[in-house]
Amino acid sequence: MAGISIEQIADEMYQMVAESAGQKKLKSTDLTKAITSKYGDQVSKQDCKDAIKLLIDSGRCVYGYFGGSSIELPHKEGSAN
Amino acid sequence: MSDELKTPLLDELEKGPWPSFVSDLKQMAPKKRMVRDLLGQLEKSYRDKRGYWKHGGLVGVMGYGGGVIGRYSALPEEFPGVSHFHTIRVNQPSGWFYTAKALNELMDIWDAHGSGLLNMHGSTGDLVFLGTVTDELEPTFRELTAKDWDLGGSGSDMRTPSCCVGPARCQNACYDTLALTYDLTHKYQDELHRPMFNYKFKIKMSGCPNDCTAAIARSDLGIIGIWKDDIQVDQAAFAEYLDSGMNVQEYVVEKCPTKCISIEGKEIKIDNSDCVKCMHCINMLPKALRVGKERGAAIVLGGKAPIVEGALFGSMMIPFMKMDDFEELHDLIERIWEFWDEHGKNRERIGECVERVGLAAFIEGIGLEPIPQMVTQPRDNPYIFYEEYYEEE
Repeated sequence: MAGISIEQIADEMYQMVAESAGQKKLKSTDLTKAITSKYGDQVSKQDCKDAIKLLIDSGRCVYGYFGGSSIELPHKEGSAN
Repeated sequence: MSDELKTPLLDELEKGPWPSFVSDLKQMAPKKRMVRDLLGQLEKSYRDKRGYWKHGGLVGVMGYGGGVIGRYSALPEEFPGVSHFHTIRVNQPSGWFYTAKALNELMDIWDAHGSGLLNMHGSTGDLVFLGTVTDELEPTFRELTAKDWDLGGSGSDMRTPSCCVGPARCQNACYDTLALTYDLTHKYQDELHRPMFNYKFKIKMSGCPNDCTAAIARSDLGIIGIWKDDIQVDQAAFAEYLDSGMNVQEYVVEKCPTKCISIEGKEIKIDNSDCVKCMHCINMLPKALRVGKERGAAIVLGGKAPIVEGALFGSMMIPFMKMDDFEELHDLIERIWEFWDEHGKNRERIGECVERVGLAAFIEGIGLEPIPQMVTQPRDNPYIFYEEYYEEE
């Protein structure tokens, strides 16, 4: 990969998730497609997978499910109150 | 259980000769508030004719996007014991073989951290722990992994691969289903635990065309054992069936779907070129007939139960693949995922994706050559018109 690190991809993905919070639930494929269409050949799908792994394993994002799986900011479930 | 909780509608489910989950729940209710409230909410649901569960939300344990199905009561004040009632899927061992020690370990963990209720097994194949609260998810996971268990799949990921008992207990197994399940589970750990697909992807392995895992109907990718050569025949054993008085003509010969079996004297004759491997004769005459020696698997793609869109049967993709090692299969699976990733829509199963884009585009996309066997059902290809069809018209 030329010049774009996994951390940078993860940061951009985090930004997308944060901006869409409460409006649209983004899936793994949504994030991957957005990044690969922005950077083209500079970023591979594996880079995107690694970036998502970084986001999840660091706890910055979590997986959610509502009909399909999505990547979200950590929050307390309304139902859990 | 206490007299306070009346469950007249659930009591109906205890009548009749069959085991009842209601009886099991009643047994546990005095010990677990969660189970008692589960009975209460269920009775109310039956009475009001509506469900009171809220499903989904944040799921999984740290790092995992699958394996936990979030569930909350819509009536937490009335039934506080089930205000959280999450399900945990535990990745089952290949072929569902457990030792008593392993089962005791699992039960101890679940008694300590959950309702104690479980389902062996869910339709995906996992051992299912039913009912716990959010705060107990991580401790349950820690104890499971400390004993070498892992969570199964859920959501838009590769679901826990499952298989029949295969060569461990069945003479019909045409490949080692247990080994393949183990292999795929370990090779695709990321795909299993980190949802990255458009929707769920199920892989089921059956050792022979009896298809005991219902792979053709219940999995996106079915790997069904098959053989290429002739059915093995033990004529002496066949003669014993005749001598025993079994009506082989009625129960075997006449039931052969392609009429490729006949009896000559005390010998069975099979025209293997017409055999469609339905397994009926082998199932009926297990001492006399065996699957052939040149064994492998047929790969079918696109089966699913009727969620979102209608039910689909798997379509034949590869009529025969050797299963000595699994490299060719890995390569195929990854090409299918790549295509689905590129062309699939949100919540679209691979079978629906193939229907939408067309089989021709799909097989070209994954680099397969089109062959006549790529049909949804054997001998039912709408693109081949036999002479008798014209004669009937």
